[in-house]
Amino acid sequence: MESLIWLVPGLPLFGAAILLLGGKRTNAWGHLLGCLAALGSFALAAGLFFTMLGKHGAARSMHQHLYSWVPVPGTGQHPFQADVAFQLDQLSVVFILLITGVGSLIHIYSIGYMSHDPERRKFFSYLNLFLAAMLILVLADNYLLLYVGWEGVGLASYLLIGFWQAKPSAAAAAKKAFVVNRVGDVGLSIAIMLMFVTFGSFNFGTVFGTAGGASKGTLTAIGIMLLLAACGKSAQFPLQSWLGDAMEGPTPVSALIHAATMVTAGVYLIVRSHAIFDLSPTARLLVTIVGAITLLFGAIVGCAKDDIKKSLAGSTMSQIGYMILAAGLGPIGYAFAIMHLVTHGFFKAGLFLGAGSVMHGMDDEVNMRHYGGLRKYMPITFGTFFLGYLAIIGCPPFSGFYSKDKIIEAAFSKGGTSGWILGGAALLGALITAFYMTRMVIMTFFGEKRWVPDAEGHEPHPHESPLSMGLPMLLLAVGSVAAGFLFSMNSAFVNWLEPVTGPRAEGKLPGGLNSTTLSIITLAAVAVGVAIAVVKYGTGKVPAVAPRGSFITVAARKDLYGDAFNEAALMRPGQYLTRTLVYTDNRGVDGAINGLAALVGGTSGRLRRLQTGFVRSYALSMFGGAAALVAAILFAKL
Amino acid sequence: MNPDNYLFLSALLFTIGAFGVLIRRNAIVVFMCVELMLNAVNLTLVTFSRMHGDLTGQVIAFFTMVVAAAEVVVGLAIIVSVFRTRRSASVDDANLLKY
Amino acid sequence: MSLPLAVADQGVTLAAGLSKTSDGEAFQFYVLGAVAVLGALGTVFAKKAVHSALSLAMTMICLAMFYLAQGAYFLGVVQIVVYTGAIMMLFLFVLMLVGVSSADSLVETIKGQRKLAVLAAIAFAVLVMVALGHARLGTFQGAGPANAGGGNVKNLADLIFSKYFWAFEVTSALLITAAVGAMVMTHRERLVARKSQKELVEERVRTGKRMTPLPTPGVYARHNAVDIPALLPDGSVAEDSVNATLQARTPVRDAVGLTAVTRENMALPHQGEAPELENASTNGAAE
Repeated sequence: MESLIWLVPGLPLFGAAILLLGGKRTNAWGHLLGCLAALGSFALAAGLFFTMLGKHGAARSMHQHLYSWVPVPGTGQHPFQADVAFQLDQLSVVFILLITGVGSLIHIYSIGYMSHDPERRKFFSYLNLFLAAMLILVLADNYLLLYVGWEGVGLASYLLIGFWQAKPSAAAAAKKAFVVNRVGDVGLSIAIMLMFVTFGSFNFGTVFGTAGGASKGTLTAIGIMLLLAACGKSAQFPLQSWLGDAMEGPTPVSALIHAATMVTAGVYLIVRSHAIFDLSPTARLLVTIVGAITLLFGAIVGCAKDDIKKSLAGSTMSQIGYMILAAGLGPIGYAFAIMHLVTHGFFKAGLFLGAGSVMHGMDDEVNMRHYGGLRKYMPITFGTFFLGYLAIIGCPPFSGFYSKDKIIEAAFSKGGTSGWILGGAALLGALITAFYMTRMVIMTFFGEKRWVPDAEGHEPHPHESPLSMGLPMLLLAVGSVAAGFLFSMNSAFVNWLEPVTGPRAEGKLPGGLNSTTLSIITLAAVAVGVAIAVVKYGTGKVPAVAPRGSFITVAARKDLYGDAFNEAALMRPGQYLTRTLVYTDNRGVDGAINGLAALVGGTSGRLRRLQTGFVRSYALSMFGGAAALVAAILFAKL
Repeated sequence: MNPDNYLFLSALLFTIGAFGVLIRRNAIVVFMCVELMLNAVNLTLVTFSRMHGDLTGQVIAFFTMVVAAAEVVVGLAIIVSVFRTRRSASVDDANLLKY
Repeated sequence: MSLPLAVADQGVTLAAGLSKTSDGEAFQFYVLGAVAVLGALGTVFAKKAVHSALSLAMTMICLAMFYLAQGAYFLGVVQIVVYTGAIMMLFLFVLMLVGVSSADSLVETIKGQRKLAVLAAIAFAVLVMVALGHARLGTFQGAGPANAGGGNVKNLADLIFSKYFWAFEVTSALLITAAVGAMVMTHRERLVARKSQKELVEERVRTGKRMTPLPTPGVYARHNAVDIPALLPDGSVAEDSVNATLQARTPVRDAVGLTAVTRENMALPHQGEAPELENASTNGAAE
């Protein structure tokens, strides 16, 4: 079974290759091939999982070495050796199941969603490409191969966000996503370089094994660079500006990439590299701070958006902030970060697919102010969406309750002032999450109809989506409901991951709190959030045009001025620098050259006046020269 | 009187001849000024020959005279043919090399 | 003219008595030197080209005197015979041919030429004289050792025909080349056939040009000088009997007065009538 590991990313890769190279000839059956590749990969992943279940302890880690990629023999003390090799342990199997499972469901969903699009085949090829890259990322056994997958998902994200490339906003959004991701990629490459210089290898085993021998400073630097990479890929503060714009892509893309999988790659990176973070408290503290800030940032932004997808994007940002916060808390938090990642994958993908279903039924209208009262017209969509909603706000016994609660508990048990601050932030985040999610549900499915005709005057006729779209949503709803409970039974999930993340430390809650009390406080906060939203949107009228709101609302609508800051601090100086350099090049460098040419031309123009053609002036210059010569000889001899 | 004074006279005659070449426009007069310069040089050579007690200077002066004669012949022939075609003996008229 | 010492600092001893010339030579030098300079200035500044040529001839003769004074006897004579006699005369002939009347206008066409020429000339003169003044000119030997044992001509001949023989031969080749070249350059190739006398006459008749030869000057005039115009049979002045150049130089001598006197002498009563002849018998005999 070990020798089949390579097929897990290999099948989608072949699918992508066939569909891209085959071109228009494959249009008729391209979507089916894409789904088959994804499903095949899932079947393999499941098979590998069951094989792994049969083993015990350390034997559960499977390894497959494909080939030696860049062997540079004998380069001194640290030979450069990069291999294509896959490692399947407890952590990566969780990921491949999530990726292939949710991925396959979204492939099936896309058959129906993209049925009207003439480029559907290309869409599936990009989806397959994404699957292959993400699987390489999580299956790699060394950082260099991980980087290959990292870049691959960035590329797939760019291609998919800008899928409707004729739309200028989509093309711009794709470019923005790629460029911001690049900043993170620089962090990862610097981290890899530092690792090579310090440890002499990229291999996970070697790096984590010898991590203890490196200096604190180096480890902190590596940790900070890895955090930067994670911020880029997972849309954390300060590299969060691209996620909202990424909603320009088709909804399946938003569901798969920007909810369930790609944006979680940062969390994977941090958890995988926990050996380094364990040794560097500074880096770890930074991780928690970033997580906490983004948690609140995303939540505030999500409150003010009228676009359903952008609101969900803010929610994604916020939930990943939870995961990063948990990962930064150390051994008490790693397992919960992954657990929340998986449950979030289920319910967020479900929420996005539901939003896509609503848009599909409302002629691609995204403004929630133009929805209202849709639950009668789209019952299945409403049902799955509502279950996802309950999961995300953390209502027991749905999945989000288990994972999010544990994170809040872990935050408080960190101890000291930071514990109170982080825990408080997480709690506040839960409140705000409840508020904006309730707002979303009420505005979309409840209340009176606020539908407006579209640009051509067609009245919207909301209808339920076809089965190809409904089935994935149902399956994901099942996951949203059950996953959390199943994971927490006998701490099954935590124990499963223990060989990878290290022994879980039990944190002590401060101030006499125990976990039950904390859960009650959390639920109370959630209830408060729900109540506020119901009062504001459920009872009163929802205005058709967004009212101005307080200054926080205005700020949140503008993504808390994230874009404005980037523009002022980075873009404008960059443009100014470019303009200055171009000006210097034109005037300075070119000016010097052209000026030199002009000088030569001008001088020769003056000098040619010496050629008067008169013999007498030539005689004069000869005579003058003779006089000068005599003078020179005279003064030399004197 | 120092016999070297002949050298100063010669320098003066040379300068006057050179000045004449620069100033006059009639081709033949210019030519004559060139002859004046050659004569001044001959005087210098003869003076040096007397100074060194050696006939080499006089031999050089002799050959200079011969060559000057040949030069006058050819030069005047040129001036005559130029005059025949252009009807002008002015030195300034030959300015085709003007920029 | 200053008298700078030509003695070097290294104490080169001069042969006593030979560093000074005789007083006679000194006198000759100053006088003839002044004349030579005047001649040179005349060459440069004379308005008419012929005056320039003659001034140059004067300078050359002065220089010949200097050569003789310095013991270069052969060279002195050759200067007069070849340079002044042949070359300057050649100049004068060509001047006549080319344009003795073409005088330079005083206006300078090239901007700044005059000023710069003056500047360059003064600079050059000063520099050369200073250089000469500072030069270490070696021990003064005098013409004696050069002319010893056979005289100037023989010694010179010995040198030319032995040591400088090659230069001599080459120079003679040069002379031949120059002569041939001058002939080639001034040769005029006939482009059209020379007109025979018959053709010339036909042409004159056709175009109505003058049929008869030009009247020689002085015919029927009181004098037969070249610059006195001839009188035509009816007593009027023949303009084309005096050379145009002479007409340009000096005004034609009193033609009207001459006409009156001549008419008186010929006793012509009035114009147009046939004159009465003294020998009426000749007329009668002719019947």
